[in-house]
Amino acid sequence: MSPQMIDRLGQACLDTLFMVGVSAGIAVLAGIPLALFLVTSEPGGILPAPKANRVVGTIVNGFRAVPFIVLLVALIPFTRLVTGTTIGIWAAIVPLSVSATPFFARIAEVSLREVDGGLIEAAQSIGCRRRHILLHVLLPEALPGILGGFTITLVAMIGASAMAGAVGAGGLGDVAIRYGYQRFDTTVMAAVIAVLVALVCLVQFAGDRAVRRLRAR
Amino acid sequence: MAGLTFDSLRDPARWIARDRPGASAAPALVSAIATRAAGTVRFEAVSKTYLSAAGPVQALDRVDLDVPAGAILGIIGRSGAGKSSLLRTVNRLEAPTSGRVLVDGQPVAALDTDGLVALRRRVGMIFQHFNLLSAKTVHGNVALPLKAAGLPKPEIAARVQEALRLVGLEGKAETYPSRLSGGQKQRVGIARALVSRPDILLCDEATSALDPETTLTILNLLRDINRRLGITIILITHEMSVIREICSDVVVLEKGRVVETGPVWRVFGGPEHPTTRALLEPLSRGLPADLAPRLRPHFTPGAATVLAVTCAGPAGPDLSALVAAAGGPVRLLQAGIERIQGHAVGRMLIALDAAGPDAEDRLRALGGTVERIGYVTADD
Repeated sequence: MSPQMIDRLGQACLDTLFMVGVSAGIAVLAGIPLALFLVTSEPGGILPAPKANRVVGTIVNGFRAVPFIVLLVALIPFTRLVTGTTIGIWAAIVPLSVSATPFFARIAEVSLREVDGGLIEAAQSIGCRRRHILLHVLLPEALPGILGGFTITLVAMIGASAMAGAVGAGGLGDVAIRYGYQRFDTTVMAAVIAVLVALVCLVQFAGDRAVRRLRAR
Repeated sequence: MAGLTFDSLRDPARWIARDRPGASAAPALVSAIATRAAGTVRFEAVSKTYLSAAGPVQALDRVDLDVPAGAILGIIGRSGAGKSSLLRTVNRLEAPTSGRVLVDGQPVAALDTDGLVALRRRVGMIFQHFNLLSAKTVHGNVALPLKAAGLPKPEIAARVQEALRLVGLEGKAETYPSRLSGGQKQRVGIARALVSRPDILLCDEATSALDPETTLTILNLLRDINRRLGITIILITHEMSVIREICSDVVVLEKGRVVETGPVWRVFGGPEHPTTRALLEPLSRGLPADLAPRLRPHFTPGAATVLAVTCAGPAGPDLSALVAAAGGPVRLLQAGIERIQGHAVGRMLIALDAAGPDAEDRLRALGGTVERIGYVTADD
């Protein structure tokens, strides 16, 4: 590989990390409240709102049903509204976040739902209000599961970010398609795959470790 | 009970009086406990119906009960008898379908959110499966009620320490619940329930997940808490041994109805309802193994009559009166008498050589119940 290609790979790697990092942050900030809403608003939850629950649930399913590459294009008007542009890294971050948020919310929802109802009851019996239950019971008790789910979300986002080249956002996937595939440069293709594998392994390793530490208490 | 200390309670006034206006200067143990008039619960025609897939289920059927302050009331019944539902109406974890529950004269159903939160701080609760937060340390678990109440940190720390000392877990503040034994977990549960200094403690099968030895230490702890702090305790259980160990009064529930109620010694000494008898069965001795096959249902000449005589009274059974009532030779085949709340309670199996209906009536006049078990011949 030429030095330029190595530079190009390095830059692509940074682009991918940036896109995934920012989108993951947004997915967590939006996904956890969404998951909390889905769990607490269902019938029998601590703040039942069955109708709103069904509406939000349907919207979440809707976004999850659309493939990322379609979402990338379908969201172009919205992306322009938010970022003022439809190409580049920020143009990819919008659809990436929009796609990752419902995904992560559903995974976090499962973990929150697994929190023993007896714990919520115990919290109520000692005079906890709803916000205390969210803050001191639901979130901390579900944290290992949520963290595990976040790891899965990150890996899925690294995969999805490969399509960001379609809106000129660069990244590892873009390099693989343009140089590895279209210019028949097998070395570049292999290098990109190696970097992606290493990245995913690293994320998974760090995530598993954090979950193990939480569970070991 | 080696692990239990009550240092903070050498001066119970400290424990009780601190956040009770006007009581802060209570000097002595007696006056501190005498100021505690709170802690009564009254159930008025409480009914509860659940809607299940199979149709409505009546969990509670017009339950009327009065629990005086400072009592240890045991509610016993088989699974599904409605014990849990009844207990959970006190702090409104469940609302009755009809009827009223009053805590210190205040109807629980009428409370708004703030009122309910305030009530729950006066009514502690412990659970069969402890329900401790796994993500928080022992300290964090016990501190939660105070944190939710918005108390300043130094006060929380002091009171948590006090509560942990009360249950004998001073050294475990920074431990996570998963590292504790069942008995220790329940002690954390008790500390968490008591840290708000409640007037009432609800125990939902609190010892059912513990081994017999640990059960005893937890029950002893509860009894001590009741004696020293004057807290009313309402506990539900399916084990009569728990009731015998610590309760002053017992309520027997069957299919959502109260079928028998009274002081423990009386209910144990003379159970009237079949359910109570069935629940007491594991505690009572059966017929001796060698005697059982020799029992005949009908009288044959020369056979002795075997009677089961129960007794329940402050003094033990008067044996000379028994002999006089029997009107002839009496053989004591088996007896188990124990003392519950200052009463001798138990059952004797006796054999009378010459017994008639008059003898049984005379024995009955001694105060207990008399049941003819059968007849046995000496040469069998």
